Amino acid sequence: MSNGKITIYVDDVEVETEPGKTIMEACDASGIYIPRLCYHKDLIPGGHCRVCTIKVNGKPTNACTFPAQEGLVVENDTDELKEFRRNIIEMLFVEGNHVCPYCEKQGNCELQALAYRLGMIAPTYPYLFPKIEVDASHPDVYIDRNRCVICGRCVRASRDIDGKSVFGFVGRGNDKHIAVNAEHNLSETQLTAADRAADICPTGSIVVKRTAYKVPYGKRMYDQEPIGSDIEKSAKV
Amino acid sequence: MAKIKVATAHMAGCFGCHMSLLDIDERLVKLIELVDFDKSPIDDIKKFSGKVDVGIIEGGCASQENYEVLHSFRKHCSILVAVGECALTGGIPAMRNTVPLKECMEEAYLKGPSVVDGVIPNDPDIPLILDRVYPLHEVVKIDYFIPGCPPPADAYWQVLTALLEGKEPVISYEALKFD
Repeated sequence: MSNGKITIYVDDVEVETEPGKTIMEACDASGIYIPRLCYHKDLIPGGHCRVCTIKVNGKPTNACTFPAQEGLVVENDTDELKEFRRNIIEMLFVEGNHVCPYCEKQGNCELQALAYRLGMIAPTYPYLFPKIEVDASHPDVYIDRNRCVICGRCVRASRDIDGKSVFGFVGRGNDKHIAVNAEHNLSETQLTAADRAADICPTGSIVVKRTAYKVPYGKRMYDQEPIGSDIEKSAKV
Repeated sequence: MAKIKVATAHMAGCFGCHMSLLDIDERLVKLIELVDFDKSPIDDIKKFSGKVDVGIIEGGCASQENYEVLHSFRKHCSILVAVGECALTGGIPAMRNTVPLKECMEEAYLKGPSVVDGVIPNDPDIPLILDRVYPLHEVVKIDYFIPGCPPPADAYWQVLTALLEGKEPVISYEALKFD
């Protein structure tokens, strides 16, 4: 405490950090990966997806929003939490239409990569096969809500980084989806392909057109190493 | 020791998963020393000769015939393995699941832009199509899954050799793919 640092204990490992950091930030800096989906380091944490659920002093909470405090005891890489997280990923897979073989994001998709890392081979829940329309009206960007996981990254990026508020949530529960700030469709908004909101989607829901399949199979982002490996490697340096 | 009996079937898929099995290349020689193929498109045997140790099924369950084949495999095979995106999730054929069957048939056989004097097929020789495409594990119990479109040859090899050795199959990270 004397040097302005605080210590938290993550799975019995001492993690030193500063007051004001979240548990996610403290762990990232120490090379401990906490699985996450809606979190992005450039955005204000949303706390939507619950994939980063940890246990703090025995109680479940979000790692991305919970502030680190001296002496906190955190459970992260436990069988219970891994199963909980895999169940969230499974539910996201069956609620939408996530067909990896023809998705432009394949190999670079965070949802797919989390499924690999968390050990989802085939979802154990029944598929819902909802009917969802694609909005390809914009000349440079399309939004395919079949692949949307309601993480809200586009909402936060467009509002807080681009200053345009092109995207927003509408509806509740199963009906919740991303709406665009226009009378009809995406082409009527101020969105451009250079916007942060256009390339921050973790899945293939918002994709810049004519950029797909440029990296060959085997060399894509998550082909050789699991998601989170970059964070885990950073600690060993 | 008697050879292990393996059967394979192709349902609502593209045969790519069977092609990928052949991609184990020279390891096929080793595999053939260990297994005998029973009912399978690989040897064109149409009927089960009896009880089979391992059944491998590609493709989703989309028709009455698929349903019967799937149940026949479950009945004859001690271990049933679903392979590929279509078997695990419905895959590409399951794109029709968001559209009611009647609309699908009308679009294909009556309203399609190239259709002339269209008729919706209804011949006893053609298997009846199901209301939607089902992942195999929603129809019968599946023991193991090999994801991929198609599954990499290494994933096949890892699962099959583990099963032949009586071990629990584990697919390595590099061979675990949904695409």
